[in-house]
Amino acid sequence: MKKRIWVFAEYVNCTLDRVALELLTKAKELASGLTGETEVAAVLLGSRIGSTCKTLAEYGAEKIYLAESDELSLYNPMLYAPIIAELVQKEDPDIFLFGATAIGSELGPTVAAQLKTGVAAHCVDMRIDENEHLVASVPSFGGKILGEILCPDTRPQMASVKPGIFVQGEPEEGEAEIIRVDVSGIKADNLPLKALSLEKKEIEGVPLDKAEVVFCGGYGLGCKDCWEKLEKLAAIFGGAAACTRPVVDEGWAPGEHVMVGTSGKSIRPKAYVGFGISGATHHICGMKDSGLVINVNKDEKAAVFEVSDAGAVADLNKVLDQLILKLN
Amino acid sequence: MALKIVVCIKPVPDPDYYDKVSIDPVTKRITREGIPTIINPVDKNGIEAALKLKAQYGGKVTVITMAPPNATENLKEALAMGADEAVLLSDRAFGGADTLATSYTLAKGIEKIGGFDIVFCGTESADGATAQVSSQLGEWLGVPHLWSVFNMEASSEQCLRVKTKAENGFMEWDIKLPCLLGVSRELNKPRFISAMGIIKAKNKPISIWGKSDLDVEDERLGLTGSPTKAGAIFTPDLKRKGEMLTGSAEEIADAIIEKLRAAGVNIPTQGDACSIEGGAQ
Repeated sequence: MKKRIWVFAEYVNCTLDRVALELLTKAKELASGLTGETEVAAVLLGSRIGSTCKTLAEYGAEKIYLAESDELSLYNPMLYAPIIAELVQKEDPDIFLFGATAIGSELGPTVAAQLKTGVAAHCVDMRIDENEHLVASVPSFGGKILGEILCPDTRPQMASVKPGIFVQGEPEEGEAEIIRVDVSGIKADNLPLKALSLEKKEIEGVPLDKAEVVFCGGYGLGCKDCWEKLEKLAAIFGGAAACTRPVVDEGWAPGEHVMVGTSGKSIRPKAYVGFGISGATHHICGMKDSGLVINVNKDEKAAVFEVSDAGAVADLNKVLDQLILKLN
Repeated sequence: MALKIVVCIKPVPDPDYYDKVSIDPVTKRITREGIPTIINPVDKNGIEAALKLKAQYGGKVTVITMAPPNATENLKEALAMGADEAVLLSDRAFGGADTLATSYTLAKGIEKIGGFDIVFCGTESADGATAQVSSQLGEWLGVPHLWSVFNMEASSEQCLRVKTKAENGFMEWDIKLPCLLGVSRELNKPRFISAMGIIKAKNKPISIWGKSDLDVEDERLGLTGSPTKAGAIFTPDLKRKGEMLTGSAEEIADAIIEKLRAAGVNIPTQGDACSIEGGAQ
């Protein structure tokens, strides 16, 4: 029987979340580790789908299950989960991957509970073992420990992956067979849960996940002024400014969308320069895949130096001033 | 309206100490000796949300956890914050549960408490951090549920107006009671416990229920009821060479620029800006 790997393609506000493309790339790789015939498919729900199917095909979807309805234009777990669960029961995929976005983090486990199957949460690695089972590595204790999770007896084997963990492949010419899911009967009205609106914030400057160089501040920044210096330096480079949890909590940084770590973004820029970062596991987990890692901290014992290619024990304020002075 | 509110909490090793967690090379088990067990931080936002609603509308707040017997200490803290009663689900049969089996057991405990208007959970636990129990508990309970709630107000007697996080934004919802909300740390600021709270907590009931106290199917509990199985554990090796840059702030800045240049990062200079202008003419 054909082994099926599915990817949930999150389509919000007429935009496909790029994590779907990262997952399709990974799904193709996993398929090559399975014997016999395989099929990579995307599951797409929403309205006004436009060219999304073409994009999914270019990144490896051979089949697309498309549930298109105006009633699905806003995400609602009470509509989305039963459609997906029913589709799974009909088609019986082996593996089903979700992006661990705000929506995927809710939808994945909800679908799994309806199907009584398991989800490996926030995987950082995946492989197929000798029994052709999915083995997912998941972090615990803020990333200090990695554990392998299997789902040997129930199907599908589900997993969620945060955006930025896997690398998106190159698009190739591809055609996908489109299977329309009948959702003509669904109604968003009369549900006890009603989605009213989706508000998107405009992100200023270069988004964190697209920046070639990231300047990251920790609690050691000490003040909002220093954060603003970091932003200025990032702007000079055309890069992005990022931070750890305390910098958001202190109100120095604008919000969680610039936070890197287990509960924030995972990044892999060409270069990462940290200022006043202690090196707590929660943060390191989100930046460990960066190319070059440099850290400046006045505490010579800071754990962050152990995970840095280069470090400097120095007054970060002065180093920031010098960098801005030299490059501006 | 007097509200029946249930808050799920989880005792976790204090996340401030996770750098000290390691794997015993002999037993291959996680060692977390000496790390204090606390109420999972974001679960306190759930307790706070419940106490605020109770203050506004009246009612009763019950905290519940599935944990080893010594979790009574954490429940006492929740009672000292102001919860009215506590339930500990504790049984060897519950051990080794993944999120599906945990949420099933919690659902059965909540059933035994006897009806609810709102169940609060934290978005995720600090240790396992799967963030799945809240949504899966909502499914077992068969009520509408939302995850990552950071804003909440009662819009009518039987309905809450709620905001949840979305990628670079948020969603707004109306959710009818009974419901379950997975709350995030931005929702509120959990209160500190007072001396009076601790004194009052001494007279508040803590019920301890095992498997035989609940109407459960054995095959849904613990390790048996868990579709996921744990394989090998390991600590990722993230060490890098750690070359130290020395000298004045200026020298360090120069060294950083050189390293960035060598790594292929475009180094902006004033000269670049001039040449772009020149090129445009």
